[in-house]
Amino acid sequence: MHFKTFAAAAVGLGLVTLTACGSSAGDDGGSEGSKTVTLVSHSSWAVSKDVLAAFEKESGYKVRVLEDGDAGQAVNKAVLTKDNPQGDVFFGVDNTLLSRALDNGLFQPYEAKGLDQVDTRFQLDAGKHRVTPVDYGDICVNYDKQYFADHKLAPPTSYDDLIKPAYKNLLVTENASTSSPGLGFLLGTAAAYGDDGWEGYWKKLKANGVKVVDGWDQAYNDEFSGSAGGKKAKADRPLVVSYASSPPAEVIYGDPKPATAPTGVATGTCFRQVEFAGLLSNARNAEGGKALIDFLIGKRFQEDMPLNMFVYPVLKGAAVPAEFTQYGPAAENPATMDPAKIAADRDQWVKSWTSLVLK
Amino acid sequence: MDLARTEVAARRRGNAARLGLMALPVAFFGLFFAYPVAAILARGLRVDGVWRLGRLGEVLAQSDIRHVLWFTTWQALASTVLTLLIALPGAYVFARLDFPGKQVLRAVVTVPFVLPTVVVGTAFLALVGRGGLLDELWGVRLDTTVWAILLAHVFFNYAVVVRTVGGLWAQLDPRQEEAARLLGASRLRAWRTVTLPALGPAVAAAALMVFLFTFTSFGVVQILGGPTFSTLEVEIYRQTSEIFDLSTAAVLTVVQFAAVGAILAVHAWTVRRRETALRLVDASGTARRPRGAGQWALLAGVLASIALLLVLPLAVLVQRSFDAPDFAYYRALTSTEGNVFLVPPIEAVGNSLEYALAATAIAVVIGGLAAAALTRRDAGRLVRGFDALLMLPLGVSAVTVGFGFLIALDEPPLNLRATWILVPLAQALVGVPFVVRTMLPVLRAVDGRLREAAAVLGASPWRVWREVDLPMVRRALLVAAGFAFAVSLGEFGATVFIARPDNPTLPVAVAKLLGRAGELNYGQAMALSTILMLVCAVALLVLERLRTDRTGEF
Repeated sequence: MHFKTFAAAAVGLGLVTLTACGSSAGDDGGSEGSKTVTLVSHSSWAVSKDVLAAFEKESGYKVRVLEDGDAGQAVNKAVLTKDNPQGDVFFGVDNTLLSRALDNGLFQPYEAKGLDQVDTRFQLDAGKHRVTPVDYGDICVNYDKQYFADHKLAPPTSYDDLIKPAYKNLLVTENASTSSPGLGFLLGTAAAYGDDGWEGYWKKLKANGVKVVDGWDQAYNDEFSGSAGGKKAKADRPLVVSYASSPPAEVIYGDPKPATAPTGVATGTCFRQVEFAGLLSNARNAEGGKALIDFLIGKRFQEDMPLNMFVYPVLKGAAVPAEFTQYGPAAENPATMDPAKIAADRDQWVKSWTSLVLK
Repeated sequence: MDLARTEVAARRRGNAARLGLMALPVAFFGLFFAYPVAAILARGLRVDGVWRLGRLGEVLAQSDIRHVLWFTTWQALASTVLTLLIALPGAYVFARLDFPGKQVLRAVVTVPFVLPTVVVGTAFLALVGRGGLLDELWGVRLDTTVWAILLAHVFFNYAVVVRTVGGLWAQLDPRQEEAARLLGASRLRAWRTVTLPALGPAVAAAALMVFLFTFTSFGVVQILGGPTFSTLEVEIYRQTSEIFDLSTAAVLTVVQFAAVGAILAVHAWTVRRRETALRLVDASGTARRPRGAGQWALLAGVLASIALLLVLPLAVLVQRSFDAPDFAYYRALTSTEGNVFLVPPIEAVGNSLEYALAATAIAVVIGGLAAAALTRRDAGRLVRGFDALLMLPLGVSAVTVGFGFLIALDEPPLNLRATWILVPLAQALVGVPFVVRTMLPVLRAVDGRLREAAAVLGASPWRVWREVDLPMVRRALLVAAGFAFAVSLGEFGATVFIARPDNPTLPVAVAKLLGRAGELNYGQAMALSTILMLVCAVALLVLERLRTDRTGEF
């Protein structure tokens, strides 16, 4: 008699499995070997609609974008799901996390068409072509011009300035373990003070009242008194770790547009960040992915990108908007660090930094 | 055929039926819980095919990890004590006093418990954060202190105490205490010697549940804790998602697993004690209108604490969501402008409802079968172990489950990673314990002799269930479904990893909006939270009408 019970149970399990399979077939049907190419990126991804539409028209591929959290999380999730990836191309891994992606075999080699037109100093995987550089930017301390004018104080220009008593309790930065500008700032100090010196520097910075928040948005738009968002939120920190392109962004998004940028950049505190795209190892639509990568370093996308994501093009001869050169030129001598050095020490630095600054 | 042999045959058939009933829940938990969790643990602790258990010692020796362990434990203890202090008077008032609007108020205090932790965090942020109500009034900000976390935990768990302790309290015969007083005991002494011992196990069970929920707290700490405060669960998330140290995350998961196992074992023991020791009466006859200044003062105090701690944060949340002309925040939910999502945020409402309905269906089927299998009191050790196993998803890191799903369920024949069913499956895991705990007491209350009689008369187990059990548990089943629905709707920890970026659920959308600066994003987060809260509250009000006279264990 208990056969019926088993039958009921079997039917129940069957139903769950069936619905699962049914929808699986339905969902995958769209991208399977087809005309859809899926780009996985972080939440800062942005492109003009007409530029993307032009690519879709010319290539015949329909682009689907999955924004998957902030930069670090998106990379980690991509690594965890690499056997059966969510998409075909990943965009948004930068030089600070590049080794994690490469060591875990996230990408398959592809030499993009037009790569010869990309400045070689950005080609950090030139021999193997697992990733293609797409943009670069500088992570620098920004200052609120109004505050320093009101207090008759010169804005800081270097890492050393930030630990001086005159700048006590003025700086807000991001958590180096959760935010890419936070990590960039940490690496910048490590490049400046070396393996033996950076911890001592951060102890002084902590004693000088640096504030740490989780993400860039919170730091820049909630805590930094120089940004439009910060003014509204009555923020009280006139120094923030952000980008060299943030001052032009304040002008472009200003309402009304100010004549000059309300914020400036401490030029001695910059660290260069390069962002890459790569073809995912088990991409279903590899051909479409390759076309998409070609598009990302093509002139049209490269010239569209600065005003959408506030980064600089890597393509030689790509025009940079006038606002960029006018309100916030790229840093002349940003700190950089050998990717191998970053790969070897990053995790330990972040760990020590967390113990030192947060706990 | 003589009677004894028929009886033996019936019992044997019963045992076989029970095994049959357990097959599906066991398969479900094996596939969607044990396997993914094992997969993520193996990923972190197995190097080149060899288990590296030495990592356990290494990780636990780190001072910042010990700091996390210490913080997790003491904030859970502090939250539990604080919740008991504030909620026990409430439990008394709900159990023993009658006052107008009591039913509605009982639903109101339960709303926070089924609210997504993200919403709870948001509500407290609106109250005690930068620019929050307290900040505006007195310049007080608690969002970077541990107080915000503790208060949010009280808010969240108040209902656990009121429902568990108050439910039993209402069923204790008040005449026993009166008898003690007649015999000359003082009021305090009568309470201490009669009521308190009877309530003890329920208080212990409630305290353990609160401890369990706060020990594994994720959303609340994530939003209110900033970069400084971190519970085990948050640290597992950080180690996996941000630092990508899978072996540390795996060690922490094992530690949390052990702790939760211990808490659940003690809890199961207190529940058993509660079930056997007491003689209960109908709850509807034990409450009276308040008498004397003391009872009126107590009632006023409880109402005030509910207003301040439970209603005010929700009210601030609602008020903030309307804090722009022309319902601007609500209208913004229907547009794709602003770039946070590719779809209008309002679509998250539809997504959530669909997911939650599917999750509820799964949870009711799995939990119902499991409860039916666990019904018999003479159930052996195996079944009791199964009972405890069903509770584990409540305490095991949702983050671990989410990541486990990502890496374990992506190959044929279980290639579910790209399908929508993944989210309801994860949500159902959290819903099942609620279904089991709601159904079990009711099923156990069904007189076993009815079943035996039916069986002896030749009814099949299926027919016994349909004719005897179902009519008596129909309401409990609805209540269980409602709970599973509300819990699924609010599930955050696992969903945040497996919800596809183009199909966010409500809590995921709220967290994402909160992570973005800007007034409009904040306002939209408040508006979405308000919608979510309303859906949960309506579900609960319906439940309140269906309340069974037997209390569940929540």
